[in-house]
Amino acid sequence: MAMTSEPSGSSFRLSMLIYDTRYRSITIQILFLFLFMAGFAWLVDNTLANLAQKGKDINFGFLGSRAGYDINQMLVNYTNDSSHARAWIVGLLNTLVLAVAACASATVIGVIAGVLRLSKSWIVSKIMTVYVEIFRNVPLLLWIIVIFAVLTEITPAPNAFRGENPTSSMFFFDSVAITNRGTYLPGALFDRSLGDINLGIVSVSTNYIVLIALIIASIWGYRALQRKAGVVQEATGVRPVTWWKSALILIAPTLIALLAMGFHLEYPELKGFNFQGGSYLRNSFIAMWLALTLYTGAFIAENVRAGILAISKGQTEAAFALGLRPNRTMNLVILPQALRVIIPPLISQYLNITKNTSLAIAVGYMDLRATLGGITLNQTGRELECMLLLMMTYLIVSLMISGAMNVYNNSVKLKER
Amino acid sequence: MSDTHSNTAAYVRDTMIPQKAPPTGQVGAVRWLTENLFSGPVNTILTLLGVAAVYFLFVHLGPWFQNSIWNANSLAECREILDGASGACWGVIKDRWHQLLFGFYPQYTDPAIISALTGVDLATAKGWGDASVEAEKGFGVVFRYWRPSLTFILMVAALVPVLFDAIPRKALWFSAAFPFLAFWLLWGGSIWFPVFAMMGFAVGYIAFIALQRISSLAATVGAVLAPVIWWFFLAEPIGDAVASAIPISLVPIQSHDFGGFMISIIIGVTGIALSLPIGILLALGRQSDMPLVKWICVGFIEFIRGVPLITLLFTASLLLNYFLPPGTNFDIVLRVIIMVTLFAAAYMAEVIRGGFAALPRGQYEAADALGLDYWKSQRLILLPQVLKISIPGIVNTFIGLFKDTTLVVFIGILDPIGLSSAIRADSNWNGIFMELYAFIALCFFIFCFGMSRYSQYLEGKLKTDHH
Repeated sequence: MAMTSEPSGSSFRLSMLIYDTRYRSITIQILFLFLFMAGFAWLVDNTLANLAQKGKDINFGFLGSRAGYDINQMLVNYTNDSSHARAWIVGLLNTLVLAVAACASATVIGVIAGVLRLSKSWIVSKIMTVYVEIFRNVPLLLWIIVIFAVLTEITPAPNAFRGENPTSSMFFFDSVAITNRGTYLPGALFDRSLGDINLGIVSVSTNYIVLIALIIASIWGYRALQRKAGVVQEATGVRPVTWWKSALILIAPTLIALLAMGFHLEYPELKGFNFQGGSYLRNSFIAMWLALTLYTGAFIAENVRAGILAISKGQTEAAFALGLRPNRTMNLVILPQALRVIIPPLISQYLNITKNTSLAIAVGYMDLRATLGGITLNQTGRELECMLLLMMTYLIVSLMISGAMNVYNNSVKLKER
Repeated sequence: MSDTHSNTAAYVRDTMIPQKAPPTGQVGAVRWLTENLFSGPVNTILTLLGVAAVYFLFVHLGPWFQNSIWNANSLAECREILDGASGACWGVIKDRWHQLLFGFYPQYTDPAIISALTGVDLATAKGWGDASVEAEKGFGVVFRYWRPSLTFILMVAALVPVLFDAIPRKALWFSAAFPFLAFWLLWGGSIWFPVFAMMGFAVGYIAFIALQRISSLAATVGAVLAPVIWWFFLAEPIGDAVASAIPISLVPIQSHDFGGFMISIIIGVTGIALSLPIGILLALGRQSDMPLVKWICVGFIEFIRGVPLITLLFTASLLLNYFLPPGTNFDIVLRVIIMVTLFAAAYMAEVIRGGFAALPRGQYEAADALGLDYWKSQRLILLPQVLKISIPGIVNTFIGLFKDTTLVVFIGILDPIGLSSAIRADSNWNGIFMELYAFIALCFFIFCFGMSRYSQYLEGKLKTDHH
C-alpha cells in the first residue's frame, strides 16, 4: 500500500507564513519593512514637530541670499557679496584641491616607502618600518595640529628676513620663503595673455588651456612615433633611431608656446611688513596637505608592500626562466599582477583622504565643511538644510570615487570561467 | 685495488683535511654588513642616505631630549633653567598629566583619607602647585581619582579573559557585568539603576528558557519582549522601592566633567565592543537573499561610509534633538558613542563581507548539506572562519575607531587634544606644544600599536594551515 502524502501547498494555512521557508522570507521582509518605515516615520514626525515648535520650516532659499563673509582661499571669484551657494562651491573646490594634491603626494610617498620597506638595506627598511608604524598609530588630527603648530610657531616671521644680517633666509636661490604666515613661492606670469574663457562658475586662463592641449598633443605624437618605429621594427628587424625625434616632439612645442606667451616667474619679495608677489600657500593648507600626505602615505606603503609580497616568488623565477631581464620582469610580470592587488585599497585610501579633508576644521582651512557646514550654517541657523547638503555633497563625491573604483576593478578582474 | 692505486699514484690522502674557516667576508659582522647594508651600489647609496637621515634626526632631537627639564612649574621657569639652549620642558606633563588622563573629573578630596593614604596633610596644602602636595602628586592621583582609576583597573581585569583563553572561562561573567559596574563607578548615582538594567538580560534569558518548551518561536519572541517589558514598566517602580530601602549610591557626575584619555577610552572601548556585533549583523544583512533587507543594509553602509565622521558628530550634537520627541535631551557622550559605533559598524560590515567573499563556496554548501538552518550554519560553520580571516581588517577598524575618538574635540568634549589647548591657554604654559603633543601621541601609539600586536598574536594562534 503506497502512502503518498499530498503536498500541502494547495491549502494555505496561516502558520505557513512562519514555518514554511517558501513564505517565511516574505514575512520577515514585510515585518522588517514595517519596522523600518515605522522608525522612519517616527523620526520624520519628531522632526516636523520640533520644527513646528521652533517656528522653522525646511527651506533652501537661503542659498540664493548674500553670504556676507570672506573666504581666504578661492579658486573661483568670490566676494562677501556672493551667495551662499557660491560659498558652497568655493568650499567644495577647496576640499577637492586639497584632496587631489594629498592623493598625488601620498601615492608618491606611499609607493617609495612601501618599496623601500622591502629594501635589502637593513637600516632603510627599519627607518621605513618606524615611519609607517609611527604615522599609522597616532591620530591624523594630532599630526595636523602638530604640523600646523610647527609651521606657525617655529618658522620665522617675515621681518626675520629683513636687514643687513637677516636671521632667516629664503630657500632655492631666494625663490621660496617659509614664514609663520605661510609659504611664498614663485608665481607663473605671462606677458602676452590670451585672455580668459568664462565657463559659468569659473573663468580659466586661455594660456593654461593652450599649454595643457599642447602637452597632450605632444604625448600623443610621441606615442604615434613609437608605434611607427615598432611597425618598422616588426617589418625590417631594425628599430629606427627615434630618441632625438621624441625629445623634440615632447619638449619643443611647449617650450615655443611658453616663449611666445612671454612666460616668466615672479619671485616673492619682502615689501613693507610682508612678502609680496609670487604665489602664496597658507599654513592651514600646507599643514593639511603634509599631514594627509604623511599619514595616508603610511597606509599606502602598507598596501604597496602587501601587493608586492602577494605575488609569489615563482612568478619572478618563471619570468627569469623565460629569459626576461629583471627590468622587463618587473614591468611585464610583477607589476600588472601587483597592481591588481594594490589599486582597490589605494582607491579606498583616496576616499579616506577626501573624507579626512573635513578635519581642516582644526586649522581653519576654508573647506566645504567650513563654508557650508560652518559659517553658512551659523549665520542662517538652518542646521537641518546645511547638514543635509553637506552630507549629500560628501556622499556624491565619495560615490563617484568608489564608482570609479568599481569600473577599474571590473576592467582588471581576472576573468574566471 | 687500493694497493695498485697507492703504487701508481704519487700521493693519496688518507685523512680528511680539517674544515677551513670561511673567508672573513662570509662570517660575522662583515658578512652581515655586506649582505644587509652594502649588497650593491643602489643599496649602498640607500644605506648611506639612511645613516645620514638618522644622524640628522639625532643631531637635531638629541640635545632636545638630553636637556629635558622635569622640575619646572611654568614655561618661563623652564627657559630660565635652559638659558637659551634647546630642551624639552616635560614639567608640563608632570604638572598636568592627571588632567590629560582624567580631564575635569571631580577629585576626591576627603582630607582625612587622602592624608592617611599618602601622608600629605591637605589642610595646609594649597593645591597642585604647593610643595607639600608635590610628594603626593605621583601615586596620590590614583586616590584622588579613585573612581576612574578603579574602573580602568577593572577594565583590564575584564578584558584579560576576553583576550586570552588561558584564563578560566568563568571569569567571562565578570567581563559581562563590567559595563554596568563601570557605568556606575564613572557616572555615579544609585547602584540599582545599572543593576536593574542588567537584570533585564537575565529576565530575557529566563523567558527564553521557560518558553523554549512551548516553541522556539515563542522563546525568541519572549526573549525580546520580556526585557523590554522589564525595562520600560517594571524596573523603575521596583528599582525605586529597592533604592529607598537599601540606598547605595555614589556622587553623580555629569558627562561634561569627563575628559582626557578617560573619555577616549570610554568612547573607544564601548564603540569597539558594540560595533563588532552590529557590523556582523549588517554584513549578514548585506549577504541576505531577501532583497528588502539587503537594500536597506546596503543603503545604510554606503551612506555611513560616504560621509566624514565629523558630519555625523555634528549631526549628533546639532540635529539629534530634531529627530527625537520634543523635550528629550540625552547625554552628549552617549550620542557620540552611538554615532561612532554606527560609523565603525559600517566599516566593520565591509571588512566582514570581505571575509565572507574569501570563504570557499564549499563551506556554504557543506553547512547546507549538514542540514543546519541559517543561524546554526552561520554560528557554527561560517562566522568562525569568516571572523578568523577578517582579524586584520577588524583590528584595523578598531584602531581607526580609537584614533577617531579625537574628533569629539570639535563638538566640545575635552579629549586629550582639547585639553592640550586648555593647558596651552594657561599663562604658565602658554607657548608650549611639542611636549604635550608628544605625550598624547605616545599614549595613542601604545594603545594602537598594542592592538595591532595583539591581532598578530591572535592570527598566529588561530592559524590552522601548515605551510
